[in-house]
Amino acid sequence: MDKAKKFIVSHAPFWHNGNSVNERYYHIMIAALPAVLLGIKQYGIPAVGVVALSVSSAILWELAMNYLTHRPITIADGNAALIGLLFAMAVPATMPWWAVLTGTFICVVIGKHIFGGIGSNAFNPVVLAVAMVMVSWKDLFDFDGALLNYDLDMVMAYPLAAVKHFGVGAIESFSTADLLLGRQSGGIGATFGLGLILGGIYLIIRGFIRWEISVSFLLGVFLTAWIFNLAAPDRFAGPTFHLLTGYTLIGAFFLATEDSSSPVNFIPMLIYGAAGGVLTVLIRNIGAHVDGVVYAILTINLVNPLLDKIRPKAVGKVV
Amino acid sequence: MIRKSFFGFVKPRIEYALLSDQHLNIVEIPDPKSINLLVDGPFNPGEATLLKEGDTVKTGQKLAPSTEKDAYAISPVTGTVTSISSYAGDFGKFYTAVSIDVSDQEEFDDQFETACVETTLPVARNYLTQLPGKLPLNFFNDSEKPINTIVIYGGDNDLLVTTNQYIVKSRTDDLKHGIRILNQISDVDHIIMAIPGEFLQGYGHIGAEVKNVPIEYPAANPFMIMKDTLGRIVPAGRQSEDLGVCFITAEAVAALGSAFQNGQIPVSKLMTVVGKNGDQQLVSARIGTPISHIFDTLGITLSEKDRIILGGPMTGASVWSEDYPVMPDTSALMVQDKEMIPYVSDYPCINCGECIRICPVYIPINMLVRFLEAGHYEEAADQYDLYSCIECGLCSFVCPSKIPIFQFIRLAKYELGRVNSAEEAHG
Repeated sequence: MDKAKKFIVSHAPFWHNGNSVNERYYHIMIAALPAVLLGIKQYGIPAVGVVALSVSSAILWELAMNYLTHRPITIADGNAALIGLLFAMAVPATMPWWAVLTGTFICVVIGKHIFGGIGSNAFNPVVLAVAMVMVSWKDLFDFDGALLNYDLDMVMAYPLAAVKHFGVGAIESFSTADLLLGRQSGGIGATFGLGLILGGIYLIIRGFIRWEISVSFLLGVFLTAWIFNLAAPDRFAGPTFHLLTGYTLIGAFFLATEDSSSPVNFIPMLIYGAAGGVLTVLIRNIGAHVDGVVYAILTINLVNPLLDKIRPKAVGKVV
Repeated sequence: MIRKSFFGFVKPRIEYALLSDQHLNIVEIPDPKSINLLVDGPFNPGEATLLKEGDTVKTGQKLAPSTEKDAYAISPVTGTVTSISSYAGDFGKFYTAVSIDVSDQEEFDDQFETACVETTLPVARNYLTQLPGKLPLNFFNDSEKPINTIVIYGGDNDLLVTTNQYIVKSRTDDLKHGIRILNQISDVDHIIMAIPGEFLQGYGHIGAEVKNVPIEYPAANPFMIMKDTLGRIVPAGRQSEDLGVCFITAEAVAALGSAFQNGQIPVSKLMTVVGKNGDQQLVSARIGTPISHIFDTLGITLSEKDRIILGGPMTGASVWSEDYPVMPDTSALMVQDKEMIPYVSDYPCINCGECIRICPVYIPINMLVRFLEAGHYEEAADQYDLYSCIECGLCSFVCPSKIPIFQFIRLAKYELGRVNSAEEAHG
């Protein structure tokens, strides 16, 4: 018997089902790829530039924060890359380089690390950054202006802006099929409805996002838009239009479902998602902004800790 | 190892191993050259002792290292005591380690044989608490917390283990006798035999009410049996014994029956040995056998950085030495190759909610773990249901950040326990 043999001693359980953080973020990026690829096909090299700069700068900001805070290097977990990718998906292909850098700085440094890093961010970093850039440089997110020089084989008006300013008559030229297939202007990765839906379904099946949030978010959008549409069909667009335009789909599947800023219990997830959907349409239809998803998600992020207090009573709890 | 399914949104269903024909061959482990026994309580050389180095002991002889404490071991072999020393276990437990060199001629001690003519609780307490499977006799005859129900569990409370199922299947007569004796010595009439899923038939004559326990993990956890089979919920921080329900393994009951029937204390322990590729083998070895001897007999080779686990994959305890002995309550031995050991990390909780969905008692683990990591144990207990935990290990099993949640929970309970007992001691 070899007395010197050393064994690993650790605490139970001795099995693990193989879940990992890296797997999660890499799969979310894979699910987002179809939408990004269509955006790149439509907008060409400028879109490649924005996506590449956004992903790489997000990773570099993360690295810088790792060094600054003397923490282990975490760029390999895919979270920073995912943040960069999602930010690029939300912005127009003509976003100037300094705005992309600022955006990813807000995402990674302000949105994520200042709150305490991964798992501690109160707001979805991407949504926070989009909102801050949006209010700081309004014109950058005016898709009609930003994509002025593009003349693709489709209606180049930003659908949400069209319906906001000119009423339902202005959006008759958008068919549901066009919206699903990405034949609308908007963010690089936010317009390809079908791709986003397929990516979302993949993530739901694999358990990387929580279906309750996505489904209730979409239901919230659908029902609210439907009610508005019933009340005044000439002023407010129908529910399908609201589901397939702007940031609705990317919001429902990729932004509202961000782990740290969303609830984990069943009923809170439903309330959280539905509230996001309702707020989105309220802001779009009667608010000042063209698209409401960003502010709706920030608002539900804010109430998340409160919502998550609604939880089943632990077995054996003595009150 | 059970991997996550492709369909990650479905809650994983993990089942206990059921006894099948391939498990029915038992390997008898030959007697080792020397054995080690661990007796509860630290060894104080100054205390008066009935046991000295150099003493010869007989099989079945009661060995009490200290006259001042009740703790004892039953010598599983005949031989000579070679050393008595102190041994530190985990979670602050201390033992007195007694090593015995085994001699070729086996002689049986007759103290119990003369005592067992009376079937009484004091006799059983005096000789039988260290039976294979461990008999928790200290709960009986407690006037503050009277026991009114005994649950004999005929399955095992971890995955891959089939030890008690085998006992139920093969030693029905001993079990029946044991149940009768248990009833006599404890004065408890309500005895329930809980059996995992499939084999419910054929136990009508056993002398206990037979109940079925689901085979989905963690249904065999005593707290879950209380909740689902008996319909009684144990309040957080209490034990089933506080409600008058005592759990005993089928192996201990069968050993009790056989002890009184034959006038000899059983000293062989049945165990499920799980090899590196997950194959199960039932073995029978004397209590105190160094586990390396069992691995040698079975041809299991251990290399550096492997892991040896006493118990099953979810709730067992790993040991650092292959000289560690088989204990009366060791129901399984498991070896993990170093390539197969999942690592734990200090990565933060990302709030994904996997643990929330799998926790059988609805603890808000995502919040709990944040408090435990920061060492705020009291808040964790007051606000986030620390004491509801039934210690099944599922949260750590699914955590993508690989946080050792279960370890944090055990540590928190241990630390709080220390604080509380210190407060009691100092007023």
